[in-house]
Amino acid sequence: MSSADLAPKPEGILDTELDAESLRRRLAETWKTRSGLVGFLSSVDHKVIARRYLITALIFLCLGGLSAVAMRVQLSGPERGLIGPDLYNQLFTMHGVTMMFLFAVPIMQAVGLYLVPLMVGTRNIAFPRLSAFSYWVYLSGGVFVWVSFFLNMGPDIGWFAYVPLSGPEFAPGKRADVWAQMITYTEVSSLAVAVATIVTVLKQRAPGMSLDRIPLFVWAILVTSFVIVFAMPSVMIASSFLILDRLVGTHIFNPAEGGDALIFQHLFWFFGHPEVYIIFLPATGMVSAIVPTFARRPIFGYLALVLSLIAVGILSFGLWVHHMFATGLPKLGASFFTASSMLIAIPNGIQIFCWLATLWSGGPLRLKTPLLFVFGFFFIFVAGGLTGVMLASVPLDLQVHDTYFVVAHFHYVLIGGAVFPLLGATYYWFPKLTGRMMSERLGRWHFWLAFIGFNAAFFPMHIVGLWGMPRRVYTYPVELGWGGINLFITAGALLFFLSFVLFVINLARSARSGEAAGENPWDAGTLEWAVSSPPPNYNFARIPVVAHSEPLWAERGSMPVAAGLRVDAREVLISTVAEAKPDLREKSARPSIWPFFSALSVGGTFLGSIFTPWAVVWGALPIAVSLIGWFWPKGAPEDEE
Amino acid sequence: MRERTVLELSSLPTFGSGPRSPTWWGTLAFIALEGTGFVLAAATYLYLAYIAPGWPLSAAPPNHWPGTIVTILLVASLVPNHILSGYAKKCEMRPVRIGMLVMTAFGLAPLIVRGFEFPALNIYWDTNAYGSMLWVLLGLHTLHLLTDVGDTIVLAVLMFTHHGNSGRRFADVEDNIFYWYFVVLTWLPLYFLIYWLPRF
Repeated sequence: MSSADLAPKPEGILDTELDAESLRRRLAETWKTRSGLVGFLSSVDHKVIARRYLITALIFLCLGGLSAVAMRVQLSGPERGLIGPDLYNQLFTMHGVTMMFLFAVPIMQAVGLYLVPLMVGTRNIAFPRLSAFSYWVYLSGGVFVWVSFFLNMGPDIGWFAYVPLSGPEFAPGKRADVWAQMITYTEVSSLAVAVATIVTVLKQRAPGMSLDRIPLFVWAILVTSFVIVFAMPSVMIASSFLILDRLVGTHIFNPAEGGDALIFQHLFWFFGHPEVYIIFLPATGMVSAIVPTFARRPIFGYLALVLSLIAVGILSFGLWVHHMFATGLPKLGASFFTASSMLIAIPNGIQIFCWLATLWSGGPLRLKTPLLFVFGFFFIFVAGGLTGVMLASVPLDLQVHDTYFVVAHFHYVLIGGAVFPLLGATYYWFPKLTGRMMSERLGRWHFWLAFIGFNAAFFPMHIVGLWGMPRRVYTYPVELGWGGINLFITAGALLFFLSFVLFVINLARSARSGEAAGENPWDAGTLEWAVSSPPPNYNFARIPVVAHSEPLWAERGSMPVAAGLRVDAREVLISTVAEAKPDLREKSARPSIWPFFSALSVGGTFLGSIFTPWAVVWGALPIAVSLIGWFWPKGAPEDEE
Repeated sequence: MRERTVLELSSLPTFGSGPRSPTWWGTLAFIALEGTGFVLAAATYLYLAYIAPGWPLSAAPPNHWPGTIVTILLVASLVPNHILSGYAKKCEMRPVRIGMLVMTAFGLAPLIVRGFEFPALNIYWDTNAYGSMLWVLLGLHTLHLLTDVGDTIVLAVLMFTHHGNSGRRFADVEDNIFYWYFVVLTWLPLYFLIYWLPRF
């Protein structure tokens, strides 16, 4: 038998045979997520999964924020007895791991998961079941670590869990194991989304969307996904080695038996520094989407921006040692990493100048809330970048290492560089997700409260850090005279927290009764605005054909499309990597409950492995069964070719 | 918005192999991330060997014979793997079925010999860091071997059912072949690190 001998498959119903109304009806039926509990657990729609990610990440943001508020209240005056050292250790660890692993990375990937298929003009993410699986693994990891915290088993070793502090000798009990397995959960889910995103961008772009027409947000998510693929295995290796040392008695980090503690720091920061860019790069993509829309012109320096994104992605792997300047490295090594740390300021600077040039040379600026947050980002991120250049210098770093100066620096970079653009992006894309506009009035209040609150909370930390206040102390003596400034910081932190309360109120009110948005309320140029708000489950009734980087601006009122896909089975268009020429009509997976079962069995195995290494052996059976269930064809047209 | 049809897609094929298929790219991405894991584990091993006063640490070097037999089996498996790839591309059912059985055998055989490799390391994982790293490297590769053999068995069974009669299944076979190359190629540096580095 040869390919010609394969039994002929039914052609199915093609969209060319249907009028617009019946086309939409048939597609909605084919792409629908079933109702009921099984339907809920089986959904593979990228929009549904992304919405779950977004809501879950917001809940974790709230928990991470509350732990910060608790710490700030404790530090608001000297020698307060509200929180003891043990709980304080857990709180700052939970704050760090929650913000980094359960909020920042997942929410950035979730925005990508929602928007990338819409922006590249396809009907679903590649490997939709893998994305569904990733969400359940992420959720179980987050629940696991927070339940552990409430059981007084929360990790208390800092978000980077250095050995020997986290090793078997100095961290008895299960707290460090909880940290290590939480890493495994979140990194598995993050890697899964990264792979699905890469393949979607490379292979599912609308015809004509050549590399130079890919929206910058999509470029940013693509580069981020590559950074994830090469960075996250490092922290998984580090946390797996740690758990092996703790649970089965290996000696990888034990200097007494030929191991080494410093290799943990190398492995952690080889991931940890790119991690900053995993959070920051999608945010730059958001800025690159918001700026042209409100400046009324295509982005200035598209090529420079793409190359900057790629350069930042690559350079992010060459900086990790600057987190380890205080470990006594050879001088030449330290100098190399000083130079590379300063080098990365160049592509980041290029991006800032391109955005400014776009704003400068565009039409009259529309100063709406999304753009306000972008301005906030410019101000705060540049300030954080400048202290970053300062910290790249070894003598200065040694002086302020582990002080509040560093805390101020990375909050300026992470909140300024990622959270402010994310908030702007929320105001910008909320209409697409819900069909309703967010309140501008509340939005402006939100912005100014956040901007003032943030700076009031974090700017003084530079000063108190230079005075010598170390991070991760649960209190300080009266005689040091840090009380006044810490009270001021706490007031700023409460103001900043209040801004988020306002944000949540705005989200809830607008989702219920905001002004109707229509397809394209901002008159933006990229493809996600070509579909209704919220988008139908099949995204595009016909796949758009792209001839311009802002297709909706190039041709107003009408859109060139492609026809000839099946409507009775989930079919997506596969195109070539560089030029996006149409190549194949492939099937996209139907909803399935097996990714949920797979996540349950994988999650159960991770959980059990904290208590006995045999869990890995016993867990293998349910994992194998659920994976076979996932991949075994069920006779649906999508399972065949 | 008014839609204007400018392109007709109905004549496009419904599956493709190699880089035309999204699954191939997905497999490549997983190879990239797992490969990074291997590189970092190997780097840790070399780092510890570099700072150690001698290598191996207080143990005799491993008996290389079980590892060498595994290496020979894995390298030999590349031949049927390559031949199977040709048949899968041409969607030829009978040779593909036979090829999947052969590859199942070529997957199980090194897995059985692998069982003799662990005792031949001459050290336990909890003796010292050298022993830990040997077990970690061998364990990491065994995990990959196990998952790929599992995948090969399931796919082989699938090809004997009516579901096998589908272009997409042949593309799956090709992806399985692709991943097997990765499993074999990652073993070669590990074989050197585990069995021969301690002898220099």
